Amino acid sequence: MNLVTNNKWIGQRTIRPDGMDKVTGRAQFAADMTMPGQIWGKILRSPHPHARIKSINTAKAEALPGVKAVVTSKDIVDFPIEKGAVMLGIQDMRWMCRNVMARDKALFPGHPLAAVAATTEAIAAEACKLIEVDYEVLPWSIEIEDAIKPDAPILHEFNKFDGKPSNIMGRLEHKKGDIAEGFKQADVVIERTFTTRPVHQGYIEPHACVISVAPDGKTTIWSSSQGQFMVRAMTAYLTGIPQSDIRAIPAEIGGGFGGKTIVYLEPLATLLAKKSGKPVKMVMTREEVMRATGPTSGSRSTVKIGARKDGTITAAHGIFYLQAGAFPGSPIRGAAGCSFTPYDIPNLLSEGFDVCSNRSKVAAYRAPGAPIGAYAVECVMDEVAEALKMDPLDFRLKNAAKEGTKAAHGPTFPRIGYIETVEAAKASPHYAAPLGTGQGGTLRGRGVASGFWFNAGGESSAQVNVTEDGNVVVTTGHPDIGGSRAGIANICAELLGIDYRRVSVIIGDTQTVGFSNLTGGSRVLFASAMVVTQSTEKVIQTLRERAAKIWKIDPEAVKWEQGAAHPVSPNAGQFEPLTLQELADKAPAMGGPIGAGVQLNTQGADGGFGTHICDVEVDTELGIARVIRYTAVQDVGRAIHPGYVEGQLQGGVAQGIGWALNEEYIYTKEGKVDNPGFLDYRMPVCSDLPMIDCIMVEVPNPKHPQGVKGVGEVPLVPVMAAVASAIYNALGIRFYSLPMSPPKISAALDAGMKQAAE
Amino acid sequence: MAKIHVTTTINGEPMEYLCEPSDTMLDALRGSLGLTGSKEGCSSGDCGACSITVDDRLICSCLMLAAEAEGAEIRTIEGMAHGERLHPLQQKFLEHAALQCGICTSGMLVASDALLRKNPNPSEEEVRFWLAGNLCRCTGYDKIVRAVMETAAEMRDGIKEAAQ
Repeated sequence: MNLVTNNKWIGQRTIRPDGMDKVTGRAQFAADMTMPGQIWGKILRSPHPHARIKSINTAKAEALPGVKAVVTSKDIVDFPIEKGAVMLGIQDMRWMCRNVMARDKALFPGHPLAAVAATTEAIAAEACKLIEVDYEVLPWSIEIEDAIKPDAPILHEFNKFDGKPSNIMGRLEHKKGDIAEGFKQADVVIERTFTTRPVHQGYIEPHACVISVAPDGKTTIWSSSQGQFMVRAMTAYLTGIPQSDIRAIPAEIGGGFGGKTIVYLEPLATLLAKKSGKPVKMVMTREEVMRATGPTSGSRSTVKIGARKDGTITAAHGIFYLQAGAFPGSPIRGAAGCSFTPYDIPNLLSEGFDVCSNRSKVAAYRAPGAPIGAYAVECVMDEVAEALKMDPLDFRLKNAAKEGTKAAHGPTFPRIGYIETVEAAKASPHYAAPLGTGQGGTLRGRGVASGFWFNAGGESSAQVNVTEDGNVVVTTGHPDIGGSRAGIANICAELLGIDYRRVSVIIGDTQTVGFSNLTGGSRVLFASAMVVTQSTEKVIQTLRERAAKIWKIDPEAVKWEQGAAHPVSPNAGQFEPLTLQELADKAPAMGGPIGAGVQLNTQGADGGFGTHICDVEVDTELGIARVIRYTAVQDVGRAIHPGYVEGQLQGGVAQGIGWALNEEYIYTKEGKVDNPGFLDYRMPVCSDLPMIDCIMVEVPNPKHPQGVKGVGEVPLVPVMAAVASAIYNALGIRFYSLPMSPPKISAALDAGMKQAAE
Repeated sequence: MAKIHVTTTINGEPMEYLCEPSDTMLDALRGSLGLTGSKEGCSSGDCGACSITVDDRLICSCLMLAAEAEGAEIRTIEGMAHGERLHPLQQKFLEHAALQCGICTSGMLVASDALLRKNPNPSEEEVRFWLAGNLCRCTGYDKIVRAVMETAAEMRDGIKEAAQ
């Protein structure tokens, strides 16, 4: 495959195809949909972190006027634990069926126990209160250190670790060389332990769906998710309705960041709709979102790095314990697999432990696990650089992974762009600029950090159709979460040589476009560009054949340029070009409609690297750290639409600043989330942040027709370490736990501690 | 309990609706009035996705009762463009890629418009503090702030040109 050169649209900041709908309020998100005759569904949730459910009596709820249906776990298809895993992507349906509705035990406060559909939301809510649940309340644990104690209450009795009942549900390791030998060669060895709190993806749109089940079982789901095919498959599994009978229509999605890669409401609303015979709408409250969806893991990591005096890293060891929540499946792969990957380390052991505890089941969050691991590794990297009296970026350059480096998680790298990101950071105006001094009682500091994310390929489908009037409609199967339609329009227009405004890009539903995997893993533009490119190339082939037929010459003698068929040379004949419109006009007479579809399991997604620079100013009286300047450098492969690539970088950085400085789940003594709203769960607001500068390094992916690499996840990975090192640089105090919130900074300053280990 | 009858003006058009005493203005807009451009992100006035103006005052419509709209002049995102002509803020948001998922965009635009009506020449700090009540989780606010500042500058130039 050749790289497209001399681009007209690729690399341009075009107006996104769905933009007009979104700035005028027309765009339909999940909760904006109404079906004729719809009723409302509500969920009864467990108040307890851990309780055996002895009985559920729904008789009084069912008798309430206006109530049309009640469902409990008896209505959900069971996947017995002893029968083994039933995987859908990375999700085991044994856990999914128990997460959407508790079966024998409630495992976290907020765990659904029953759902009611009624003519109004108020009646449905009232009916939930009439459901009688007999609980046997059990001891519980939330924090990792409590959950891994020998006498910890066990969530899943079947599970054993080291031969004993345990909440450690799994262990993963990546190994290279011999770390004992490697540490012996080191002149400097630093080992530290870090903790992070659970943080929520924080999408502004709560989960919502509207679902109709016709008497013949034909089901229509309108919902907001990161994958309509995931919604269809999981709903089919959990309700027993065949996939062919479920049409899952992707609504516009109001943010997901990984948190909408599993179902919560859809199976319940489907069963309520089936039972009641009426379309059912369900919309979570913000409190339900905070209590029962996401967040990502809290963590406890220990990282040890050894290096020679010349700055060469000889060995590293990482141990990452991540909360999985109620069911197994924390992102230990991202933590253990990504954290050391920017570096060529001869002796490495990276271990991940998946720990269940009585909080909501973890959901993917932007580069799942990688930011948690990178916070620990990159902070220790900073300390080692300081001990060696090396510039932290020079220390990274000295050990940088490059083409030919064997990563501990498996691959030997092809041409990668990590070094380019460090060099661009070093050469940036930001790194050269003096920090300046803070006014009145403030101190300034600068920190840097790097990060890696695997990126992903996988299944994608596209259909490219030429309309009767000679324009183009592209249909793909991935919900557009951050502007991917704009990138697709640029690519298709580029290949066809037409104005991008003539390309309409839509997201198909499950019954109108071929299977397409989730919007996640930074895969969408990488994968959809491949299938859209191949589909468009097939369309161009048809157009050339049509022109050849009209001109009565060989198709090989026809080329496609600037939106029209031309003879390849005067030798092929003298013909006026035939434009896309003219060929569309002649299509009925020349063989019929023009269009092509391609379905692939895409391969060749290269990993992504980024290096960040952060300046902070800390108010030493109030303990408030503010980020005053930030630069994110990233190898983006090829920026198809630079505006939305920058947007990914800026958005990832903002989430990381929130994770570093403010965001955290706080639990009551009873094990309930104490801050389930945006007032107390403090995400960055506009006045908290500076402009976020982006430096896009483009090292094209040779395995992709346009050189695309995933870009969405890398920018969250380095942030917490960059902020932590900046605060260290300002105060001389390193924080080994997140968030570095005002009370924690104040306490550390008050104590006059040099190191606020916690 | 009987429903309450409300007569009001929405985006310049006289409107009537019936509401429950407990309905919020957001419920009325998204429900019986079918104006779903205003979004519900939190129902507690913390996210700003439901921002509207009532008699030129910027509010979260989830914090106002529907019955309170009697006689008021209400503006929502649906009233921002004039036919096919976008408001300059809407156009600038598109040009700057100042939206990703779009769920905060309605509220962000209504709030930005309210700012520029009050203060046609805001500093970056003034824009950031004015919009601090509108959460965006996708963009990091950078492109939103730039879009608002640039719109303000162009609107000031437009007024100057018109005056010359």
